[in-house]
Amino acid sequence: MSAINISAIEAGQLWSFHGGIHPPERKQLSNQTPIQTLPLSKTFVVPVKQHSGNSGEILVAVGDDVRAGQPLTQPGLQRGLPVHAPTSGTVLAIDEQPIAHPSGLTDLTITLAADGQDAWYPTTPCPDYQQLSRAELLERIQAAGIAGLGGAGFPSAQKLALQRPLEYLIINGVECEPYITADDRLMREHAAEIISGTEILMQVSGCNKALIAIEENKPEAIAIFTQLLSERAATASRIALRQVPVKYPSGGEKQLIEILTGRQVPSRGLPIDVGLLMHNVGTAFAIHQAIVLGIPLIQRVVTVTGEQVDKPGNYWVRLGTPVADLLAYAGFHETTGKAAQRVIMGGPMMGFALANLQVPVVKITNCLLLPSTTELAPAQQEMNCIRCGACADVCPAQLLPQQLQWLAKAKDYDGLEQQNLFDCIECGACAYVCPSEIPLVHYYRKAKAEIRNIAREKAKAEIARERFEARQERLEREKQERLERHRQAAEARKAAQAEAVAAGADNPQDAVQAAIARAKARKAAQAAAAAKANDSAEGESS
Amino acid sequence: MSMLTAIIVLGVLALVFGLILGFAAVRFKVESDPIVDQIDAILPQTQCGQCGYPGCRPYAEAIANGDAINKCPPGGEATIKQLAELMGVEPQPLDAAHGTEDVKKVAVIREDECIGCTKCIQACPVDAILGAAKQMHTVIAHECTGCDLCVEPCPVDCIDMVPVPVRPENWQWNLEQIPVTVVESAK
Amino acid sequence: MTFKIAASPHAHQRRTTTQVMRWVYLAVIPGILVHSYFFGLGIFLQLLLALLTAWICEAAVMRVRGRSVASAWQDHTAIVTAVLLAISIPSLAPWWIIVIGTAFAILVVKHVYGGVGQNLFNPAMAGYVLLLVSFPVQMTSWPIPQQLAQLQLSLADTWQLISSGYSQAGYSLEQLRSGIDGVTMATPLDSLRTDLSHQLTTAEALQKPIFGSFAGVGWGYLNLAFLLGGLVLIYQRIISWHIPAGVLLGLTVPATLLWLFNPDQSISPWLHLMSGATMLGAFFIATDPVTAATSNKGRFIFGLIIGALVMVIRTWGGYPDAVAFAVLLANMAVPVIDKYSQPLAYGHGGRT
Repeated sequence: MSAINISAIEAGQLWSFHGGIHPPERKQLSNQTPIQTLPLSKTFVVPVKQHSGNSGEILVAVGDDVRAGQPLTQPGLQRGLPVHAPTSGTVLAIDEQPIAHPSGLTDLTITLAADGQDAWYPTTPCPDYQQLSRAELLERIQAAGIAGLGGAGFPSAQKLALQRPLEYLIINGVECEPYITADDRLMREHAAEIISGTEILMQVSGCNKALIAIEENKPEAIAIFTQLLSERAATASRIALRQVPVKYPSGGEKQLIEILTGRQVPSRGLPIDVGLLMHNVGTAFAIHQAIVLGIPLIQRVVTVTGEQVDKPGNYWVRLGTPVADLLAYAGFHETTGKAAQRVIMGGPMMGFALANLQVPVVKITNCLLLPSTTELAPAQQEMNCIRCGACADVCPAQLLPQQLQWLAKAKDYDGLEQQNLFDCIECGACAYVCPSEIPLVHYYRKAKAEIRNIAREKAKAEIARERFEARQERLEREKQERLERHRQAAEARKAAQAEAVAAGADNPQDAVQAAIARAKARKAAQAAAAAKANDSAEGESS
Repeated sequence: MSMLTAIIVLGVLALVFGLILGFAAVRFKVESDPIVDQIDAILPQTQCGQCGYPGCRPYAEAIANGDAINKCPPGGEATIKQLAELMGVEPQPLDAAHGTEDVKKVAVIREDECIGCTKCIQACPVDAILGAAKQMHTVIAHECTGCDLCVEPCPVDCIDMVPVPVRPENWQWNLEQIPVTVVESAK
Repeated sequence: MTFKIAASPHAHQRRTTTQVMRWVYLAVIPGILVHSYFFGLGIFLQLLLALLTAWICEAAVMRVRGRSVASAWQDHTAIVTAVLLAISIPSLAPWWIIVIGTAFAILVVKHVYGGVGQNLFNPAMAGYVLLLVSFPVQMTSWPIPQQLAQLQLSLADTWQLISSGYSQAGYSLEQLRSGIDGVTMATPLDSLRTDLSHQLTTAEALQKPIFGSFAGVGWGYLNLAFLLGGLVLIYQRIISWHIPAGVLLGLTVPATLLWLFNPDQSISPWLHLMSGATMLGAFFIATDPVTAATSNKGRFIFGLIIGALVMVIRTWGGYPDAVAFAVLLANMAVPVIDKYSQPLAYGHGGRT
């Protein structure tokens, strides 16, 4: 990392990254109408963990009345990210419910029955946030429950808390995945708030230069930002706009960094290692809301799209709203008897299919895609790899996907790590171009999960070994101590005897003999008495 | 005479090379884990004793002394494969006499039935059970290795071995096993 | 209603292995047409025999492996193997030549190694080399271009010749291979190497009628046709340009150097490029993805090795043409090439 290419970055030079693909964008489907607000649902299911990291401690009990924006969890010992009540109502249940996760598994959730009032919990707006200290701002961002809204869901405050020298803050408005237009509409309608959020982020991170990156296929958003920045001379000197050529996955953190700065984030490193910090436009907006208006993160923009919905578009959705409610509003009709419908949470490249429509919308839900089988044909049968190398040509991480695939099939986990499996960003470009329709990313995800599992098991085995050895040691020690105690007790007795003899008392041996003699005498006396009694009894009866 | 020369020359050569070898062995000694440590690192450390030895370390010592590598059911195929690689032998199938490979389990005490006898505490090889005499006992789930050794001693049979639950965090991407809900349309 | 679970990505570029293979065998059609123009209709019969053999072999293997016989053609890789082998052999070779070659290519070179994607060697070329080593006479008996031949052959004649070794009029292949002057004609490369070994200079050797005006009668146009097909494949992004460019460079550069220093005793780079199986090899054979290197850098090196080997074997080796040997030798080098041409992954020091 160095300042060598600062002047090139300042001049607006753009670099490019290896590979990438150009799938049909299909963004027109959903970006033509303004963002609508989804009516409140009757019940909300709020998972206590909606981000990557630990969950907080639950603050409410079943039967409690809560208001919109009221924290339901607090960071607690594990420093988890809090979640908030999406609306006012009563806590119906705190239990395990299916969550929005590729596995379709359950997790701890808080179910809320909405009362329809949507009464708010008191907020603490702070329009003159410039007065707040860095620590206070971080505290507020954390308390508002803000996690990266771009997809990964990493707690924003934790990302901002790292204190390292920064050259640029990058605001990611690229949104390169096909179909998704949530950020596009947000940028068109709330550009001023996003710029405000960017300024807050710059203050918190102590960074005085920011780049807002927008993909060239969003001319309306670009026009609005250009206009706003030109109106504010003070801001424009610190915040610059960059138009990024259309290519998937330009919006990936590492890829966008390479496009904007020509730098590469070191493997297993963070952008901050090369003096950069990246946040999504949605996060910038949420931070503006949290700091300036004091509103915690309880809603987000969700794109509902695909040919199977009547009203594709973007919706403001309270977190915790069941997917089924959102889809019903957007005009998706569940029908029986037809072929299985895919409901994809996220985009067509990285989203996952839902097994259950009762799962809630969460902080990282940016899109619900309901494609017809003609627009996104279902996966065909996997064929043999012919080593054509198309995957390696498009891999933005410059890995060798087919090599990884052979290794993953052979379960050669050492080989996979040597081939840098963990640098794979799971963008899906390789599987997109694969002529043999091999679900490459799926193999990598399985292998990654398995490798992580092995590492966990290994760590656990190490602890078990230590505990076993500690126990063996303890048992041995206790045995030694017991033997020692016995030895000491015996010695003490001997010493006491010797002392007694020396003091001129009866020889203990004599005392024993005397005791035995006494006992014998007593027994003999008893026997004699008994015989006598028998004799007299016989005499009386006869 | 020439015979004698040959013997002397060869003898001296042998001595010289022997000295060189001996010196090299000392000078270039490779510091590596003793084989027992390496074997022990591969074993799953459940300390279950299914191999017939009182713990993983004793079994590691036994393997180093030539015992079979296929007596560890908790480790299963993966462990046998790694052991075979380390010991330079052919992998063998798991010896069924010592048990079969099973899903990972964890011990759970039905706490209302526990009489506080401490027998399980004494049996636990990794001190993963908490409790005292006449007090209810409980298992520290994340320290439990699932070795099964506490089940037998319990006089009231209140210990269950339950499979470790799959959580979103440790899910292995088995998409085929996801139960898909079938929603019958209301209309 | 039910919901379908699938792994991401859900979008997929609709270009399947089948389509890739289809492009490959469609792109050789110009070559086949030129081939039949100069060397008669034999090529079509050879193609037919090769495809039939390939299908029977594939179906048999599928049967043995417990898969449906219908899946034999599924990925079309067997078609490509059969077509390439049929083009490579002399078009009037006896029927059992192509049958043995194709069966060997499919059964031994491909399926014994584990089927599509698993084979180390290019099946068509391994089959070709087996034939060349086992039946050198039949495999070097190229018919002379029809334009130079005494007798013209009908389809029935061709069939008779391939199936029995004699035309309907009772001429043997050897007789038919005589030119107008009654001398048996070899291919341009064959003729040139024989003459060079007979102490003639290149200029003298090139006086023979087989060379005609343009890199040998028939052969020059044949190579142009394969070049055309190859460019279509590159344009369609079926193959990357790295391998053909490597082959042609690896062949031309040393050949030019040698020719500049010793024009009397060497083959001109022009003749190298436009004769023999150069273009077929560069665009259709070396580019077989299964047996080629995988990274772009590796592909280029792989191509260079093939080109250089072709030049070396043609100049100093024992066989007139060398594409098959060069490809097989380069196939063997692929694991090493791959190991040392692996691209630097993102974040591993390429850019900081």
